[in-house]
Amino acid sequence: MRDSLRELTLTRFREFVREPEALFWSLAFPIVLSVGLGIAFRNRPAETVHVAVVGDSAAARAALDALEMSSGIKVERASAAQAQLALRTGRVALIVNAKSPDLVEYEYDDTRPDSRTARMLADDAVQRGRGRVDPQRVSERFVREPGSRYIDFVVPGLLGMGLMGNGIWGIGFPIVDARRKRLLKRLMATPMSRAEYLGSFVFSRFFLLVLEVFLLVGFSAVAFGVPVRGSLLQLAAICALGALAFGALGLLIAARPRTIEGASGLMNLAMMPMWVLSGVFFSSENFPRAVQPVIQALPLTAVNNALRANMLRGAGLDVVGPELAIIATWFLVCFVVALRVVRWR
Amino acid sequence: MTDTALAIRGLHKSYSDVRAVSDLDLSVPVGECFGLLGPNGAGKTTTIEICEGLLEADSGEVEVLGMRWQTDERALRELLGIQLQETQLSEKLTVAETVRLFRSFYAKGRAVEEVITLVQLEEKTKARVGTLSGGQKQRLAVACAIVGDPKLLFLDEPTTGLDPQSRRQLWDLIAQFRAEGRTVVLTTHYMDEAERLCDRVAIVDQGKVIALDTPRALIASLGAEHVVGFTLEGETTPTDESALRAIDGVTAARRDNGAFELTSTELRLTIPSLLAFLERNHLRLAELRSHSATLEDVFVSLTGRHLRDA
Repeated sequence: MRDSLRELTLTRFREFVREPEALFWSLAFPIVLSVGLGIAFRNRPAETVHVAVVGDSAAARAALDALEMSSGIKVERASAAQAQLALRTGRVALIVNAKSPDLVEYEYDDTRPDSRTARMLADDAVQRGRGRVDPQRVSERFVREPGSRYIDFVVPGLLGMGLMGNGIWGIGFPIVDARRKRLLKRLMATPMSRAEYLGSFVFSRFFLLVLEVFLLVGFSAVAFGVPVRGSLLQLAAICALGALAFGALGLLIAARPRTIEGASGLMNLAMMPMWVLSGVFFSSENFPRAVQPVIQALPLTAVNNALRANMLRGAGLDVVGPELAIIATWFLVCFVVALRVVRWR
Repeated sequence: MTDTALAIRGLHKSYSDVRAVSDLDLSVPVGECFGLLGPNGAGKTTTIEICEGLLEADSGEVEVLGMRWQTDERALRELLGIQLQETQLSEKLTVAETVRLFRSFYAKGRAVEEVITLVQLEEKTKARVGTLSGGQKQRLAVACAIVGDPKLLFLDEPTTGLDPQSRRQLWDLIAQFRAEGRTVVLTTHYMDEAERLCDRVAIVDQGKVIALDTPRALIASLGAEHVVGFTLEGETTPTDESALRAIDGVTAARRDNGAFELTSTELRLTIPSLLAFLERNHLRLAELRSHSATLEDVFVSLTGRHLRDA
């Protein structure tokens, strides 16, 4: 590598690493966000419902036995007054009152979902206790595997969002800042090659990209069991292509503005719609069919779709060909236009 | 290699509503320290940035070290050292990292440590640029300009905003560079800087060269070596300038608001004669000053304005 390219790349690193805020926002923030979302949307174990049994008759005891046999029900004996209080305060969801040997009364608030669940579970247990035989044989299979939970959906989205933010900010901001400080003009007064100047951003961006992807994917795999079913190499290739496209978009945004304020406005203008539309936190399929062609053409939508296909479905690059074509087009168009309009001084 | 480091012929440059440079000619031989002296807005920076290949002229020819920007940009960049007005180098880098970065752009150049020593920043080698004083930052800017071992050094207002000690340190640095037989072209609006550093000075005003010579010759062109300034007490000052020119040794007299300025060949004749003149006309002095003539006085006599407030 030429001296100047190495020195320029080192400069990029130094400027980045010596800015602790930048480190936090680009590396730690996506992880903090995934922790928050992972906790908020974690899958809880099947809940148990609390039921109170009133009375001391043989029928009440029979009901009590039947209910205790049933999983998913936590049962207690109580006097009528205690049971009423427990129901009102929500400590129990249902009162089972054995009024006579052949009549059991369920007392509950039918607008409370947990009470309605308790009513069904308790009735099921009581009827079986009295010898009911179900005419239909059934079996159950639980689908709780990683890959279909919210956290599995959101981690690739966060990864894509990080690629976009770091690409656009990481390239756009230093260039506008250098122009504002007239440092860009000073550099142009040396024999420095413009290609190497831009190349230094690509190199430093790729290095940080590895860190950024590894940290988020690794953390979410360990902490939440988020799967990476596709090839890691192909995942890296998708990330690299995405980073190039967003970097080129950042360069295009930074091509003209002389102030940070002007550039920030443009950056937000570019990123805001994609945060909402491109399926970071919820599926982009939720938007009307009429706008889907636009949404699907956005670079972040393509990146997110490709990342999800790789990580969650284990799809190969051939499956995400259309997405890769969209990302590559964004890269080429932005880069070529940016080079033509960039204000070097 | 030619003997002319910089040749400008018929240079024009206008911005939307202002003529920044108009029909400017200059020629700077190799080995000279050449100064463009003029007030802010005179077109100095525009001129020097055209010479540096950072701005395009509307018309006119610029030849730098016998080459032209249109055809020899790559080669020229290797041979020039440039310091721009108001460049902010990256604050996160250290002094050594900054100089090493600039060194890496040049095919040939000086050792990083050598240049840092030359600008007396050895103790700050590992300090971040953001922690340097104004004078230290300016010396670092010069270090970045000379690290490519240039044949021609362009300095745009190198000492503006610096304290006297920092200015003197920079002057020494520039003088040393010049003593190695290299060429320096600088702009300044400080007459003392131009007098002290430059072999020849072009006085620039409103985009034109209005005088060009050695500082000594320019001052001599005033025909006098001293300037006497005075103000009078009271509102009424009916004195007219022609009467003042009759005072012994006076070659020129000017009136600027309530203040008078006389240029004099011999102070020892002028002062007693002036006092006698005032006595005769029943005028009382409020203030009396004198100094040796400077380039500032040359500028005043040419334009009727001071450098500072022009």
